[in-house]
Amino acid sequence: MGTFIIRRLGQMLLTALCLTFIVFFMTNLTPNLEKLAKTQGNFRMSDEAVNSWLSDRGYLAPLPYKFGQWVGVVPGWTNEKTDNDGQTVVTGRCFLAATPVEDRARFCGVLQGFWGYSSVFKTDVDALVAKRLSATGKLMGFVLLLMVPMALIVGILAGMREGSNLDRTLSTFSIASTATPEYVSGVIFIALLASSKFGISPILADWGWIDTKTLFLGSAKKAVEDATFRNFFLPVLTISLYGMGYIARMTRASMAEVMTAQYIRTARLKGVNFRNVVMKHALRNALIAPFTVIMLQVPWLLNGVVIVEYLFAYDGFGRLLVEAARGNDIELLMAISVVSVILVLLTQLISDIGYVFLNPRIRIS
Amino acid sequence: MAPLTWTGSLSFLNLFFGLAVGIFAVMVIVQIITSLFAKEQTIHIRSDGTAATSAGIGGLISFAVKVTFFAILAIVIIYLLAGIVMGTNAGIFGGMAQQLTPVWVGMVLIFVASIKFKRSLGLYGKLFDSTVGMIGFALVLFWVLAGIMAGVFDMIITHDSLSQASGMKNKLPGTPLRGAEDDEFQWYLLGGDNLARDVFSRLFKGAWTVVLIAPFATIFAFMVGITLGLPAGYYGGRLDTFLSFVANLILAFPVILLFYLLVTPEIVATGIPNYMAAVLFVFPVIFFGVLLNSRYHTQPKVRTPLLIVVLGALAWIYLALISNNGNIISTKEYNIWGLPEFLDFYDMDPSILVVFVSVVFVNAPTVFRIVRGLALDIKTRDYVAAAQTRGEGPWYIMLWEILPNARGPLIVDFCLRIGYTTILLGTLGFFGLGLESESPDWGTTINTGRTLIRAYVHPLLPPAVSLLTLVLGLNLLADGLREESLRD
Repeated sequence: MGTFIIRRLGQMLLTALCLTFIVFFMTNLTPNLEKLAKTQGNFRMSDEAVNSWLSDRGYLAPLPYKFGQWVGVVPGWTNEKTDNDGQTVVTGRCFLAATPVEDRARFCGVLQGFWGYSSVFKTDVDALVAKRLSATGKLMGFVLLLMVPMALIVGILAGMREGSNLDRTLSTFSIASTATPEYVSGVIFIALLASSKFGISPILADWGWIDTKTLFLGSAKKAVEDATFRNFFLPVLTISLYGMGYIARMTRASMAEVMTAQYIRTARLKGVNFRNVVMKHALRNALIAPFTVIMLQVPWLLNGVVIVEYLFAYDGFGRLLVEAARGNDIELLMAISVVSVILVLLTQLISDIGYVFLNPRIRIS
Repeated sequence: MAPLTWTGSLSFLNLFFGLAVGIFAVMVIVQIITSLFAKEQTIHIRSDGTAATSAGIGGLISFAVKVTFFAILAIVIIYLLAGIVMGTNAGIFGGMAQQLTPVWVGMVLIFVASIKFKRSLGLYGKLFDSTVGMIGFALVLFWVLAGIMAGVFDMIITHDSLSQASGMKNKLPGTPLRGAEDDEFQWYLLGGDNLARDVFSRLFKGAWTVVLIAPFATIFAFMVGITLGLPAGYYGGRLDTFLSFVANLILAFPVILLFYLLVTPEIVATGIPNYMAAVLFVFPVIFFGVLLNSRYHTQPKVRTPLLIVVLGALAWIYLALISNNGNIISTKEYNIWGLPEFLDFYDMDPSILVVFVSVVFVNAPTVFRIVRGLALDIKTRDYVAAAQTRGEGPWYIMLWEILPNARGPLIVDFCLRIGYTTILLGTLGFFGLGLESESPDWGTTINTGRTLIRAYVHPLLPPAVSLLTLVLGLNLLADGLREESLRD
């Protein structure tokens, strides 16, 4: 087990390194750098101005060298310049012009704990990412709270009597939910539940059942600080629905398989009643497979999170990704890709380890 | 001219329809609740010795569900048939039903023919034994036919999908077109969008974009996945480790970040999508080349002409696909010379190319993993050992022994993956990436309609619901296929 985990961690490190390098390469392509210079400087810059803006900030160094600076194994760039008063001003990656010479660090990269400075948000990347991650963590937490129990119940109910009417209804529901991407269900929910002109909100308001104009809010902007049922339920529901169908179908398949097992038949023939067979004998074994699926679903949820945060204007990690990508915010995008690759690989690791622990057949052998 | 209502002169049916839907919904819920608590069916032995189950209350409820369901179906069919005959006299639905007449005709013909000959049609024919599969197939067929008819033949649509009409901005469904000529269609059936374009026509024009890109992108993803996945699973070892690492690397990317990195005008300017197209599109050529060579290499007389013809045609198509205006890659700094223009029969729109390439790129690793897993499983079978003993080459075993035996799961996954590709295309449109902002495809329409969602939902809901039904159809189709292929 120990060597397995170490090998996986090594693999994770390599994957993270390759992936961040690809992101670094793509964001440092010439047209992207030009865009960055123009959005940061001004849009009517001449080509020479763009070039000097970029070279002053160390962007024109060779790619591996720049990547090494980001990692923290190559000294950060420094640039000497004579200003109008004839004084030399030294700027650099690792210090401000005001920093005393003896305090100036040579290396500053991820290894030194320096994640860089966001050009879009004008703030330090690590604090920004941490703040946004906690907002997304809240969203994800509620999603899991809603999605997992709902999916397991639907799956177990459908799988316990395969082929029954209940099974058919619930299976159709779970297929429909996997067929509805977040941007479709989110839009439909907003139209039906959060529009003051369409759907059920105007009717309810007419009847005097709700005091406000709409039943739910179509924007979750305030939910970052103060999440209420009214402003937070729709985003949570939207993400949950898409992920739910898949877990429910896996649970159903696993439950249906367990219900045909010999020991279940034996228990039935002994005269154990159906409820006890399901609750005491089948459930535990049927939940092993969904566990892995749920863990593997987490990185997938990240996609949904990006779409939903963008749609509902919730200031979390997903919206950060979109904004960083739009502004070609290199260091922010690097941090984002590191976080997401760790999330993906960590959940894979947990699902592998958890599978071994949950499944006695593998644990003993 | 008065605006159209939804059902026009058929509105007397609405009451029955509402009633039937209401009862149906209640009954389904009751059925779910009772099935949780109901005792299992009791079996009586009748006096003549035969056994019978008593229907009980559960049976009664399921009977009611069935009756109301068929009532709903019947009323919908009446709406449709009357609509086809009466046109806009039967309201917006009637008008739409009439516009879609060619689609209905096509669907009925295909269904009748397929059901008649279903025994001789293999897996496709067996689809018509499963209700779920048939429903899925009907939904998919509807959109495919509608997409082709609207996109290629300009049939269904009532107005040009890009032209704007004065005074039609954000108008509700059924609004008469102001100042319409006599030969023009007189209404905006599903209203106008924020640029005063006809929502109905854009919906079906947009279907064409989806129906065109999604299946082809999926086919290319499968070609890449199969060509790399088979050797990875069959040979194993270093090759497998390396390819799996690359596949996992791509899969570890958040899809949307990848799209933002690949599908921006800046990246298009560097020519990277063209390089990727040049690499990804070569896989079908390799696949078919190896496929035929491994089969016929013992008969050079057959093989050589066959390969020359097939590979020649494929290489021509390949070069035509990747070259535009005589260049494979053309950036500001340099050009790479490609197929000359007089031989280049198809110029792919650069914005479609970049969308296509990125969708293939995202899908291929998953297909690779599936194929690799199947190959790992199947290579231990006896018939593979028999082929090895016969002295067949590895590629023959992979492509003619393993691949045909993996076809069941692959066909099912193919259907699911077209649906997923459709979702990805919508995602791209939703973030305003790739296709132009006036493109009628569903994702882009949802994105533009989103800004006015609190005030006007009618430009937004039709593409959303269409995307839902198409993907649902593909998922149901995959489900039906899975069920039927497992049966034997």
